[in-house]
Amino acid sequence: MDFSEEQIIRYSRQIVLPEVGGIGQKRINEGRVLIIGTGGLGSPAAYYLVAAGVGTIGIIDYDVVDLSNLQRQILHTTKDIGRLKVDSAKEKLIALNPDCNIVSYHERLTAQNIKEIINDYDVIVDGADNFATRFMANDACVMANKIFFHGGVLGFTGQTFTIVPGKGPCLRCVLREPPPPVSVPTCSQTGVLGVLAGTIGLIQATEVLKYLLGKGDLLVGRLIAYDALDMRFREIRVKKDPDCPVCGDNPTITGPDDYELAGICRTEKERGS
Amino acid sequence: MRITLNGKETGLPEGVTVAGLIALKKLNPKTVIVEYNHELVKEETWADIVIKENDKLEVLRFVGGG
Repeated sequence: MDFSEEQIIRYSRQIVLPEVGGIGQKRINEGRVLIIGTGGLGSPAAYYLVAAGVGTIGIIDYDVVDLSNLQRQILHTTKDIGRLKVDSAKEKLIALNPDCNIVSYHERLTAQNIKEIINDYDVIVDGADNFATRFMANDACVMANKIFFHGGVLGFTGQTFTIVPGKGPCLRCVLREPPPPVSVPTCSQTGVLGVLAGTIGLIQATEVLKYLLGKGDLLVGRLIAYDALDMRFREIRVKKDPDCPVCGDNPTITGPDDYELAGICRTEKERGS
Repeated sequence: MRITLNGKETGLPEGVTVAGLIALKKLNPKTVIVEYNHELVKEETWADIVIKENDKLEVLRFVGGG
């Protein structure tokens, strides 16, 4: 792919970086990234990845835009209330950078469709709003050998790390099972500082770009936990667990489970947390 | 005794285990990971680890919103 005059100017501030250059920019332009959710994490991640010129971005979200989403889900605006999040997101992303091909999936990510959907992408960004979906995505990514950029937020805290199957730990090496839905508060119950979701979502996006460029050290085997109140980033070393049920020596999870997603569905109004 | 918990010096009674600390902090063990003196320790071992003076613990509650 040769760059147009317009592209050279659009991406000039990153092409000029020695770590990027024309070759790196081409890699970004050829990147195929699936973002699970266009909420608090997915919105900033998608926005910046499209700005950077990622060639194909898949966005999957079942929800519609709610007024309570707008405090953090920056792809959506007041006039989008009631619209499908994927439609609202696609419109903003194309307006930002018409170079990018935005593929939208207005559906829930399920054990039935996940394998086929992730198959079209190089890497997957975790912007899910519940543990069940992100564990299912973790498992499916490990099995399909796809890079998975985990992130989670609540209140004033968040955590993120990058899962490169075979190279480092997966989500289940760190936390064996998704916590039972009744035991974990959601953003709609407990609240979340909107800007905090931006911080974590953009760490995920940064990791995606580094992966596409093949530059720097990814957050593999290192988990970053961010506490906005203390303004402290903790780095916790996490190891691949040989007993891990999905990426260990004798895996017992060999197909993505559904974890009774229906059980954690919330009402339409509460959804999208 | 004094320990460092999440970067802050904290007092803790003698003889408390990691499992005891999690209970003391009213955390759900299913949502928590623990780094004990810079080493991640599995939940199965928490009841056996007796916390000592000057130990460093990072207790991280995993969060699942997005």
